[in-house]
Amino acid sequence: MILARVVGTVVATRKDPRLVSNKLLVARTMDPHGKADGSYLVAVDTVDAGVGETVLIVSGSSARMAAGMKDCPVDAAIVGIVDAVEVAAGD
Amino acid sequence: MQLARVVGTVVATQKHRTFEGAKLLLVQPLTLDDRPRGTALLAVDALGAGVHEKVLIVLEGRAAGDALGRRLAPVDAAVVGIVDRVDLVEA
Amino acid sequence: MQLAKVLGDVVITRKDENLVGLKLLVVQPLAADGSHVGRALVAVDAAGAGVGETVFFVRGKEASFPWYPTEVPADAGIVGIVDHWDLG
Repeated sequence: MILARVVGTVVATRKDPRLVSNKLLVARTMDPHGKADGSYLVAVDTVDAGVGETVLIVSGSSARMAAGMKDCPVDAAIVGIVDAVEVAAGD
Repeated sequence: MQLARVVGTVVATQKHRTFEGAKLLLVQPLTLDDRPRGTALLAVDALGAGVHEKVLIVLEGRAAGDALGRRLAPVDAAVVGIVDRVDLVEA
Repeated sequence: MQLAKVLGDVVITRKDENLVGLKLLVVQPLAADGSHVGRALVAVDAAGAGVGETVFFVRGKEASFPWYPTEVPADAGIVGIVDHWDLG
């Protein structure tokens, strides 16, 4: 799973019917220190995350194990909103 | 999931039977500022996306098979949304 | 999936028993303009492809799905032969 910061939303009227009730968010992946690493992904939101928040994203086939995502065509899901990341000194 | 631009269509007569009737698009993944990101790839499309349209693609096999409506199809990418707009708070 | 050109075939006598009888081909991934991109790799063939043909292949465990429920130990598989592609 990866840490990311939500930076935007995707609006798509025509989409797979199994995605109709879900919010799609643009998230920039980041290192444990909160620094964006230049990459991004679009993830389906299952925890009511918002722009500016740091989130936990599960990707790959495990994304469908997120709440309500069974059998949905997704490969990345936001499954947590991160309060803090504590990294040992030197790491 | 990733944002991509449909850049072409692919015609293949001889293919695995699970692809019968499926539309194959050549899609170019994009950065958030709409520049090409990596190599163009093939994605199945069940939504009717057209060339030049911006789409949301899923890049994981089981999810792509679900999008196509065919379990156990040997696919790893599918179009799951046609993007109207991406709203970003920071680029 | 990605476009690729079949560069050659691989002959292997001793191999995993679930690869027996399968064709293994060397494929070179292609960019949308037909130029070579990335490293060549070996893919199992589920489409009846041959050397010199342009194909598309799938990566990951989905490459083994054409033989389901046999668990073919492959991470890349040719699933179609490309007649042509058109850029918009």
